[in-house]
Amino acid sequence: MSTAQQNMSLTGEPPKSINFQQKLAGFTGLSGLTILLLAYFNTAFPDKGLWLTLALVAITAGTIWFAGASYGHRHKGIRNDGVFFKSLSGRGLWGWFLGIFITGFYIILYFYPEYMGLVKEGENTGIIALFDPLSRALSGNPASQWFVYGTLYTVAILAFGIKFIWKYRHNNYEIIRTLSVMFFQTAFAFLIPEIMARLNGKLPYYDLKNIWPLNYYNFEKYRVNGFIDAGDVGMAMLIFGVLSIFVISPVLTYFFGKRWYCSWVCGCGGLAETAGDPFRQLSDKRLFAWKVERWVVHSVVVFVTLMTIAVIYSYLGNDTSKYWLTKDLFLLGSAGILTLVFALVMIFRRDQLKKDATYGAIGYFVIIIALVGFHYISAEGNVFLFKSESLRKWYAFLIGAVFSGVIGVGFYPIFGSRVWCRFGCPMAAILGFQQRLFSRFRITTNGGQCISCGNCSTYCEMGIDVRAYAQKGENIVRSSCVGCGICSAVCPRGVLKLENGPLKGRIDSNQVLLGNDVDLMTLVNIK
Amino acid sequence: MEHIVIIGNGISGITAARHIRKLSDKKISIISAETDHFYSRTALMYVYMGHMKFEHIKPYEDWFWPKNKIDLIRGYVGEVDTKNKRLKLENDSEIQYDKLIIATGSKSNKFGWPGQDLPGVQGLYSRQDLDLLEENAPNRQLCRRAVIVGGGLIGIELAEMLRSRDIPVTFLVREKSFWDVVLPDDDSKMLNEHILEHDIDLKLDTNLVEILADDHGRARAVTTDKGETIACNLVGLTPGVSPNVDFLKNSGIALGRGVKVNRFLETNIPDIYAIGDCAEQHEAIGNRRPIEAVWYTGRMMGETLAHTICGNRRPYKPGHWFNSAKFFDIEYQTYGWVFNTRGKKEYEEHFHWRHPVEKICITAAYHRETRKFLGINTFGIRMKHEVFDAWLTEERNIDFVMENLSHANFDPEFYGKYERDIHNDFTKQFSPASL
Repeated sequence: MSTAQQNMSLTGEPPKSINFQQKLAGFTGLSGLTILLLAYFNTAFPDKGLWLTLALVAITAGTIWFAGASYGHRHKGIRNDGVFFKSLSGRGLWGWFLGIFITGFYIILYFYPEYMGLVKEGENTGIIALFDPLSRALSGNPASQWFVYGTLYTVAILAFGIKFIWKYRHNNYEIIRTLSVMFFQTAFAFLIPEIMARLNGKLPYYDLKNIWPLNYYNFEKYRVNGFIDAGDVGMAMLIFGVLSIFVISPVLTYFFGKRWYCSWVCGCGGLAETAGDPFRQLSDKRLFAWKVERWVVHSVVVFVTLMTIAVIYSYLGNDTSKYWLTKDLFLLGSAGILTLVFALVMIFRRDQLKKDATYGAIGYFVIIIALVGFHYISAEGNVFLFKSESLRKWYAFLIGAVFSGVIGVGFYPIFGSRVWCRFGCPMAAILGFQQRLFSRFRITTNGGQCISCGNCSTYCEMGIDVRAYAQKGENIVRSSCVGCGICSAVCPRGVLKLENGPLKGRIDSNQVLLGNDVDLMTLVNIK
Repeated sequence: MEHIVIIGNGISGITAARHIRKLSDKKISIISAETDHFYSRTALMYVYMGHMKFEHIKPYEDWFWPKNKIDLIRGYVGEVDTKNKRLKLENDSEIQYDKLIIATGSKSNKFGWPGQDLPGVQGLYSRQDLDLLEENAPNRQLCRRAVIVGGGLIGIELAEMLRSRDIPVTFLVREKSFWDVVLPDDDSKMLNEHILEHDIDLKLDTNLVEILADDHGRARAVTTDKGETIACNLVGLTPGVSPNVDFLKNSGIALGRGVKVNRFLETNIPDIYAIGDCAEQHEAIGNRRPIEAVWYTGRMMGETLAHTICGNRRPYKPGHWFNSAKFFDIEYQTYGWVFNTRGKKEYEEHFHWRHPVEKICITAAYHRETRKFLGINTFGIRMKHEVFDAWLTEERNIDFVMENLSHANFDPEFYGKYERDIHNDFTKQFSPASL
């Protein structure tokens, strides 16, 4: 061994190459992707059904094979070796390439579906045409850009879900949770709506697990009419939609925390947890980011609330003899509910709000109520100063498309996998509000065992500085926590545990660090 | 305003500074030669392994220090002038203090092996060691084999680090079984198996004799007392640490192996204190060693001393012993005292349970006659600190602990539960003769 080489070691790099099997697996997956790209560029495939099957099978098999080649020969346990050295997961060149590629895909999907081959009148072309056979088999209709998207989305959650399970095969919580998101995506988001469309053509497309305000369009006129026209099934679904906001989700969040939705059921969460898992460590942990998060995400809640009230208001009538729910009743009812929530929080939970949260809550409450009041002295037609239609359009563009899709997923390799969930999702904000103030869920810390290593904070996709709590021996009760369980998994000293328990003593800002022999029993009793 | 100067920005010094700030408005300065900011020493390994970047192992953002008016000074203290209460840094600047806290931690042990100072030979303790490792062992092309000498916690961490880059590792352990100076034989045996599972060439009962140099003066091989010569590019010396106190030799501060302190963490000179790895108790506290080089004890001493400095003089009164570590994929926690097989007290009895397939086991220690529970080692099962702390304080007996073990479980939801198996095994093996 020559020493000249030894001195060169100063420029040595840690290994980050992939093994031979991984290369083959990558090739298989990419060949599937190539078929889709060829279709996108209007290659005429003779047997579309066959080629589509080939493409999807190759992508799925390639991903699973890659996972096997990555984790199969290694011992079960945490395998984050080289995460920050790899270009893709360490915000390197490949990370940026992938980010730009996905962003481009979303821009075309949302704003230029004709480039994907969508033809309004007549036969589809391009990649959408490739998906026609599958769509016809399921719903009887030709494919749309949303069908293509939904299929690829489901394939991604399934294939990367298996990869995730392989990676965390020592951890039952992660396995069961991932099977859950895979099931809900395949059944609820993909199959059931297509089959319902076949059974009852009047029913609007409805992913039952997609709850307002995540599906901000659920109560728009055409959908409500669709539900009503579809008869009892439709009415049942409409009632389910309302119940899921006001009853089902608060009750489940009370018992289990918002994780029941965000990391067990939700499709956005499902993609973030599976395909997005290699990027979870890229979330911003700074205190500054948390401040931005609180203002942005709650502003989105206010926006979606105003928008929905305005939209529903716009199509209701004034005549009580035609329908019981009139414009005035609806507007006053909405204002009443908001006032009730505001009053309950201010009376029972005021001490748990930070100063800026109190200011924010009061500020937004005043704005909403003022707008409702303002309506009565302004001209008929425009609730909240703007036309309801333009409010809806702007929300759909800014939040529904740009934030959740283009930025939310497109920027996975840059900002981490939960940018949308953290900064943009109004559903997550509402569930988080319930979780912070009224839920049995918390992450407990294990006495004095924390060594402040930072694995928990680094791998928190929501950018929570978990360590800041753990090293003080404080429970973690944060509205943004989606309960993915990874902080607990990566902790090398067994410090963190996700738990449901009584509300009393849940938020303990006292520092309880075992070690020094203080009057321990008093502390334990308080806890 | 009283000026508190702390030498060392590790967990002890930083904890002291944070608590002094909580309790008072005193001027606080922290001097470190190692880094600008506090980082978690125990997490250095994850930086080399690529799990985290260095910035991630800093527990506080950089604005934290000015915001809390804690001055950070980068420099090496060459001399402590106790008469004039003055520190002399190596760059010749001087710092006046009213109270001085020595929290300089440890340095890696070297036992006079021939060749121990050659390039390519290093310990693993500081940020500088990490940078050096990146040079000495960046990948398996440039480091074709590493030899690690010293079978303790740092040694096995270094082995795990090098394996994360696929570098072949030979692990020389003086003892007959890994870490059996601390662990009971059964626990230690399971770890031996796990070390081998990770493709480490584990050589037990083997001592380093000499490190050989190549033509350019770099380490090229080691020889062992078994007559073997092992070619390597890196020699990791990890036979423990000792207090980093050489700079105090002529200061008049009483030194043993470390800085001698009383139970109040005071040295022989008024207004000078020592905490953490570098402090040496005149008399050991309970079963503890006079020098405790452990993260947790450093933190506890820092907190205690802050109270003393802020006018509420308090002895260092550590509660029940606890510790933890991770050996590759096996998490280890210990509460109370479980001594190794040869070192255990004459009254100490052990109950060992091991999972038939998985690398999971526990060893519980208890008093043979009174059946008082003394402590527990757990491998692969997470247990609650609070619960064991309470049981030890309440002086529960082993039968109670085994029966209620599930109350102490801290594993994530949906994990397999082994407490019933453990309890069944225990009642089978160890029920009192009278029953």
